[in-house]
Amino acid sequence: MCDTCGCNITHGNKGLIQPGGKLHKTESGREAVTVLHSLLHENDHTARHNRDHFDYHNVLAINLMSSPGAGKTSLLEATIQILNDDANQNQLRIAVIEGDLETENDAERIRKHGVTAIQITTGSACHLDAHMVHEALHNLDLSQFDIVFIENVGNLVCPASFDLGQHLNVTLLSVPEGDDKPAKYPVMFRTADLVMISKCDLLPVLDDFDPEKAEAYLHDIASTAPIIALSSKDHSGMDVWIEWLAHQIEERVRYLEKHPVQVHDHDHHHEHMHNDEETPA
Amino acid sequence: MHELAICQSLMSQVTEIAREHDAQSVTSVIVGIGPLSGVEARLLKNTYSIARAGTVAENAELVIECLPLRVSCTQCNSESEVLPNKLTCKQCGDWRTTLISGDEMMLLKVEIEKQMKSEK
Repeated sequence: MCDTCGCNITHGNKGLIQPGGKLHKTESGREAVTVLHSLLHENDHTARHNRDHFDYHNVLAINLMSSPGAGKTSLLEATIQILNDDANQNQLRIAVIEGDLETENDAERIRKHGVTAIQITTGSACHLDAHMVHEALHNLDLSQFDIVFIENVGNLVCPASFDLGQHLNVTLLSVPEGDDKPAKYPVMFRTADLVMISKCDLLPVLDDFDPEKAEAYLHDIASTAPIIALSSKDHSGMDVWIEWLAHQIEERVRYLEKHPVQVHDHDHHHEHMHNDEETPA
Repeated sequence: MHELAICQSLMSQVTEIAREHDAQSVTSVIVGIGPLSGVEARLLKNTYSIARAGTVAENAELVIECLPLRVSCTQCNSESEVLPNKLTCKQCGDWRTTLISGDEMMLLKVEIEKQMKSEK
């Protein structure tokens, strides 16, 4: 939702601001300023700016979200293994932005595969925000990549509210967590453009997880996201995931052909230069 | 607990609006929160009492309008008021609905008191 074209006046709030609505009248002696901005106005602004950066360089940005331990880093490792394989037809250049409260462990796991990884340590913050990703982008030469994965902090609550500038959200639901997670965390699962049932190699032992039930819970929250069941361990379902990625990149290229990013404009004060604007040393 | 981050963002917008309008003080801050916004009204209220301290809004009341959760059915076109984890159409039961209200987290209005201008 933007703050400029009027789409921020929703079915839910329009009654409040129309004549006779609760927000229309103000006590005398006071002045009322109608705003209608998202509470995360600044974050959303930076997120749009990040998205412009990605678009300018034809990079697809994917925000990976899940609870801690659902297998986000393992999924990335398996993805890199497949994409780095010379036999693979979908050669994609990957970079990863890792978000964790502490440690560089996940970034190191990615770097072992020869892939660029930037670690963001959030301290005690339970989510990444657009400003943190913006800072990370200063250390990433986007012209060298086709796809940037942003591995969010493991958390099914807070990351759902913060736009980072990604194009797509992928939410993992691992088999040990139970098939009713979409009903428990509707805000998170509603943001997903793709839901991935991870650790499927455990289905034979954890047979109380029913993938059909997970799908039914997703339908209950009106999610139209496709579902991919896979295992990063035995690589079952990985081909579907890689095909989905390749398709999304094609779609993005097609979109940008129709809607080219003309200039990388800054309509706000900037204290720093971007990598791509700096003179190479 | 991301309500603190959201509240800090809110306070920075409120402070900016007060500055733009030469406000002496802010008397109330009105926000609209939908059940699918990911923001918990009770937590926002608690964090607000901390975040407003020392700002131009330190005495301003936070009014939270809880917005309805409504969907429109893509199959039968009817509208229903629904629950956060059951967004299916109440009329025909189909799951293919679109949200028309309920994921907002918006600053709707800021009420301010202007600085008294000296009479000529």
